[in-house]
Amino acid sequence: MRRPTRGRVPLLVALPSLVGLAFLLVPLVGLLARAPWSTLGTRLVGPEVGQALLLSLTCASLATVLCLVLGVPLAWLLARTELPGRGVLRALVTVPLVLPPVVGGVALLLVLGRRGLVGQYLHDWFGVSLPFTTAGVVVAEAFVAMPFLVIAVEGALRAADPRFEEAAATLGATRWVAFRRVTLPSIMPGLVAGTVLCWARALGEFGATITFAGNFPGRTTTMPLAVYLALETDPGAAIALSIVLLVVSVAVLVSLRDRWIGGAP
Amino acid sequence: MTLHAALRVDRGTFRLDLTLTVEPGEVVALLGPNGAGKTTALRAVAGLLPVDAGQVRLDEEVWDEPPTVFVPPERRGVGVVFQDYLLFAHLSVLENVAFGPRARGMDRAGARERARSWLERVGLADRAAARPRALSGGQAQRVALARALVTEPAVLLLDEPLAALDASTRLHVRSSLGHHLAEYGGRTLLVTHDPLDAMVLADRIVIVEHGQVVQQGAPAEVARRPRTDYVATLVGLNLYRGLASGTTVRLADGGRFTVAEPAAGPVHVAFPPSAVGLHPEPVAGSPRNSWPVTVADVEQHAHTVRVRLAGNPPVLADVTPAVVAELRLSPGRPLWAAVKATEVITYPA
Repeated sequence: MRRPTRGRVPLLVALPSLVGLAFLLVPLVGLLARAPWSTLGTRLVGPEVGQALLLSLTCASLATVLCLVLGVPLAWLLARTELPGRGVLRALVTVPLVLPPVVGGVALLLVLGRRGLVGQYLHDWFGVSLPFTTAGVVVAEAFVAMPFLVIAVEGALRAADPRFEEAAATLGATRWVAFRRVTLPSIMPGLVAGTVLCWARALGEFGATITFAGNFPGRTTTMPLAVYLALETDPGAAIALSIVLLVVSVAVLVSLRDRWIGGAP
Repeated sequence: MTLHAALRVDRGTFRLDLTLTVEPGEVVALLGPNGAGKTTALRAVAGLLPVDAGQVRLDEEVWDEPPTVFVPPERRGVGVVFQDYLLFAHLSVLENVAFGPRARGMDRAGARERARSWLERVGLADRAAARPRALSGGQAQRVALARALVTEPAVLLLDEPLAALDASTRLHVRSSLGHHLAEYGGRTLLVTHDPLDAMVLADRIVIVEHGQVVQQGAPAEVARRPRTDYVATLVGLNLYRGLASGTTVRLADGGRFTVAEPAAGPVHVAFPPSAVGLHPEPVAGSPRNSWPVTVADVEQHAHTVRVRLAGNPPVLADVTPAVVAELRLSPGRPLWAAVKATEVITYPA
């Protein structure tokens, strides 16, 4: 009689898992297989693609800076204060994570549009109009990407022992000095991970951007929008752009591998 | 300038309510069981916790007086050595020690110089570039002490400074801590649950139980006249200074002991009163310390009787009521005290 041994994978598990794996990987392989490798270089530096690439990088970086400026203090507030309704606040912060980006775009339009709740004052008082501008792209990307940063930084802050800040205070450090010289270095891995995730999410943003900022080449046509447009007129360009985005995604994954992939035992 | 602290802190059903003064150059030990409120008191003095009522002041300089005054920790002249030291892991040993002077506005070079001289004082100049993670427990404790003292605080607060160390390291660190405290001219408040730390390091012991002072006084005084059973068992310790040579220790105030572990140089000798046997005649037998004593007084506690004996050296003994009856213990009665060499602990002074 054969001994039943542990470690043998049942067919009922093996088959669907293989199909699942193929389902995730084959499209990426297909993308690489159909890429116009010989003309890739010239396509990427071509005027339209180059323009979209530059715009994307600029907007994603500006959105990330905006997220850092607003998100780190928010994360600190959520992690370190005894705010009433903190749980609810934390849940609200994560809403953009699960919200369809298009809905986010619509909501931004309703609030920041020329007749929007806030937008009308921005327009009347300062002459600022965000929709369908490059600044609008930054706003849309920041809206969608900020939760990634806030959650990562808040987690890191909760893990950091606040008693080190107390030790710094007894040594004469003000709250700001204690944060800068003691807390910030200890949350740095979380902050870096959050920033990279935030930036990657902003770079790939499509729904909120096209809804709120529209699609104007040179002003609001970021790479994901350019891919979508190019697919109808110039599939080769679409593939080239897609490969750039794929490379960026893999780079992000590699840079975070210690946290995510290496993190699992 | 004297530190005056009248501390009242309410934490749910727990109330800390005690009054402390610490004179310049004085080391006061807050001694008590875990949960007695010792650390809470220390945090209140440091400014890490506001008092609910009362006052903390350094002479005329008021640090905390609800509801009007609260000086945050960074503007009080305190230095704190925390129980697990809380050294900053991302900074080198030198930068840890230089942190205080830097935070108080000194330029980088000056702060490093100060830090370096303090590392020399605690004997760790060669570890300046190391990360705290690479230090042994005893070294980390000395870095924490240097970090707290480099700013020349008016008040030094030590929270269980030896609790994180293993037994053998502890002896040496305790004695070096004692030297540094003797050199430090400020006011030291030491929180500990270890009576030995308190007896050896402090000029005055304040015993805290359930957030209140049970008894205070000089270590020898508290040990001699414990007011409660709790205090009696807590600080019941015979403690002497002497000069060791091999297994013999000559005591500074007369008398000698035979000990189990050979040692050399100045040492403390300690054993609990329960280790002392009382006999009507000289005791025969090998490695025993035995000497003539006279009963000075007899104090009844719940389950034991503490007997104070005059002699060379004087000694405290805990005996059962049965022994009191059997030996007819009363002041003036001559007896022989006996202690096994293996019961006697020695450690460097």
